[in-house]
Amino acid sequence: MDFATVIQILDSAVRLMTPLLLACLAGLYSERSGVFDIGLEGKMLMAAFTAASVAYATGSAWLGLIAGVAGSMALSLVHGLSSITFRGNQLISGVAINFLASGLTVLLGQKIFGLGGRTPSLTGAGRFPEIQLPFAAALRDVPVIGPIYAELISGHTILVYVAFLMVPLTWWVLFRTRFGLRLRAVGENPASVDTAGVSVTRLRYAAIAICGLLCGLAGAYLATGLSAGFVKEMTAGRGFIALAALIFAKWRPWSALGATFLFGLLEAIANRYPNLDLGIVTIPSMFMNALPYILTVIILAGFVGRAIPPRAGGEPYVKER
Amino acid sequence: MDKMPKWADVILTPLISLILAMAISALVILAIGESPWEALTTMVDGALGSSYGWGFTLYYTTNFIFTGLAVMVAYHASLFNIGGEGQAAMGGLGVALVLLYLPLPHWALALPAAMVGAALFGAAWALIPAWLQAKRGSHIVITTIMFNFIAAAALNYVLVNLLRPVGSMDPASARFPPATHLPKLSEMAAGIGLDWGRNTPVNVTFFVAIAACLLVWLLIWRTRLGYEIRALGRSEPGALYAGINPVRIIVIAMLVSGGLAGLMAINNVMGESERLVLNAVEGAGFIGIAVALMGRNHPFGVFLAALLFGFLYQGGGELALWTSIPRELIVVIQALVILFTGALDNMVRMPLERIFLAMRKRGRA
Repeated sequence: MDFATVIQILDSAVRLMTPLLLACLAGLYSERSGVFDIGLEGKMLMAAFTAASVAYATGSAWLGLIAGVAGSMALSLVHGLSSITFRGNQLISGVAINFLASGLTVLLGQKIFGLGGRTPSLTGAGRFPEIQLPFAAALRDVPVIGPIYAELISGHTILVYVAFLMVPLTWWVLFRTRFGLRLRAVGENPASVDTAGVSVTRLRYAAIAICGLLCGLAGAYLATGLSAGFVKEMTAGRGFIALAALIFAKWRPWSALGATFLFGLLEAIANRYPNLDLGIVTIPSMFMNALPYILTVIILAGFVGRAIPPRAGGEPYVKER
Repeated sequence: MDKMPKWADVILTPLISLILAMAISALVILAIGESPWEALTTMVDGALGSSYGWGFTLYYTTNFIFTGLAVMVAYHASLFNIGGEGQAAMGGLGVALVLLYLPLPHWALALPAAMVGAALFGAAWALIPAWLQAKRGSHIVITTIMFNFIAAAALNYVLVNLLRPVGSMDPASARFPPATHLPKLSEMAAGIGLDWGRNTPVNVTFFVAIAACLLVWLLIWRTRLGYEIRALGRSEPGALYAGINPVRIIVIAMLVSGGLAGLMAINNVMGESERLVLNAVEGAGFIGIAVALMGRNHPFGVFLAALLFGFLYQGGGELALWTSIPRELIVVIQALVILFTGALDNMVRMPLERIFLAMRKRGRA
């Protein structure tokens, strides 16, 4: 394996980790506020569909992005309604949202485009272009640093950079602002936040809205950045891998970056080497694909560090009267 | 004193939820420019209008009874098992191994052997999540989701690399020996001179599913173990105080649940395809969630809800065949049923409770 191959695999890992990272941070906001969200998959799928449809109809990836966020937010609202307002089971609501997205996207896609659930391929301004960072072309021939800068760091769509910027931003919001403090408190002990005169309901709705926004970005990236258009079930379990990454990262933003990079890298390697030959053993691609889930179960089991979720997670808050 | 009479709790609330789900489904059909009435008649015709339709409806019903019971048993222990999909897939592997490697001369012998294989593999796949929940407190919802994906990957590997016959490109096992062929209901009907449901996959497993409903009812409401499961589900501190060992009950409840999900394989793998194919479960594990919620976690309710979803599934197939509505409409209906009967239960229940309280007050005055 030479240097150029390593760069290519890493580059592919960065592309593949972006939707995971955005969805993982989405889940982070929601779960830190005490609302479990296993509907990340559905929201991403819905966002991918609305983004691709609007981007195709208008020829603008930016309008597509707005539509993607709107599609994802609509499902977030359903989740908020059932798990915050009506104090229903958050897990069941998440399951319902996943199916709702999976069914509605095909139903509407077939009605609008008649392509069996696909949207037509996006071209030109319907997709986000790859951004060439300054001096990328000039530095390309410098050994080691050149390829790293020109191939790995430069040449991604804007959403990739947004995703990476979301990590420090999320850290700052959660750990350095009043809103973040309250958000974390409401996920650990909502009664104390309520006693302090802050609305639990409003905080949780805010968290869910941010979750919807980030899932929208993730879905829009899938449909208008990573590929060119929407395909039936295109999220392919990414929402669940993001959930796994969230646990792997123990609900912390910087660790989320590491976890999603690891899972993106595994996917990139599995894509490039369907049967990875390590000399002694040959690892089939199925194993690489299942590895994120296996690692998450090991982490959950608490054998390698313990993953403790926010204490009030999954519990609807009943205000004392 | 309960706020509502029992019949309102058991029949009225799920019925209203179902009506709401159907009303929104009708709006969705209207939104894509089709007629809901026409869709409904097509579905009823296709699923219930002929013995052919019934044959498929009952076949799907059988699948959903098993996965619905699986979710239900775990739910009574207050565990949300969404791993039915993976457990049923693993059950399929159990069935395939038994039928391919044990020389069984007759289906009457093969059926119990395959049931043991299916239940063992399904239960084994639920064991690790159960143990992790009981001993390490790892959330069972997350672990069972992960195990669904691990099962899919493992099965993919086994079918492509181990069970695939030499020279075949198809990721599927060899056909099971003809002696293990389960009698179809249509063959049994033909045996007594009836022409019923020719070329439909419903088979003797349907009766096994009904027996499973009865046994689960006995288990949950008429045995000591069932009592312990329900006690733990109601209140863990209460159960501890009563001397119930939560670790033991969590593991046993999940083993029963996984075993029931695994048993589905005797219907789809042994009874229908007669070989193990990739993705044989086709989402039935998830439909089990809707079935258990709709059936109010009672075996009879599960039976009725499974019948409803069997009808929707077969009707949905017919819909895709005769109209321009894709069969994904079923997924939307399924989602809405889960949403209204599960997550938005309080939205229906709270106003109802208020109405009943008001009526009671007026009755007293």
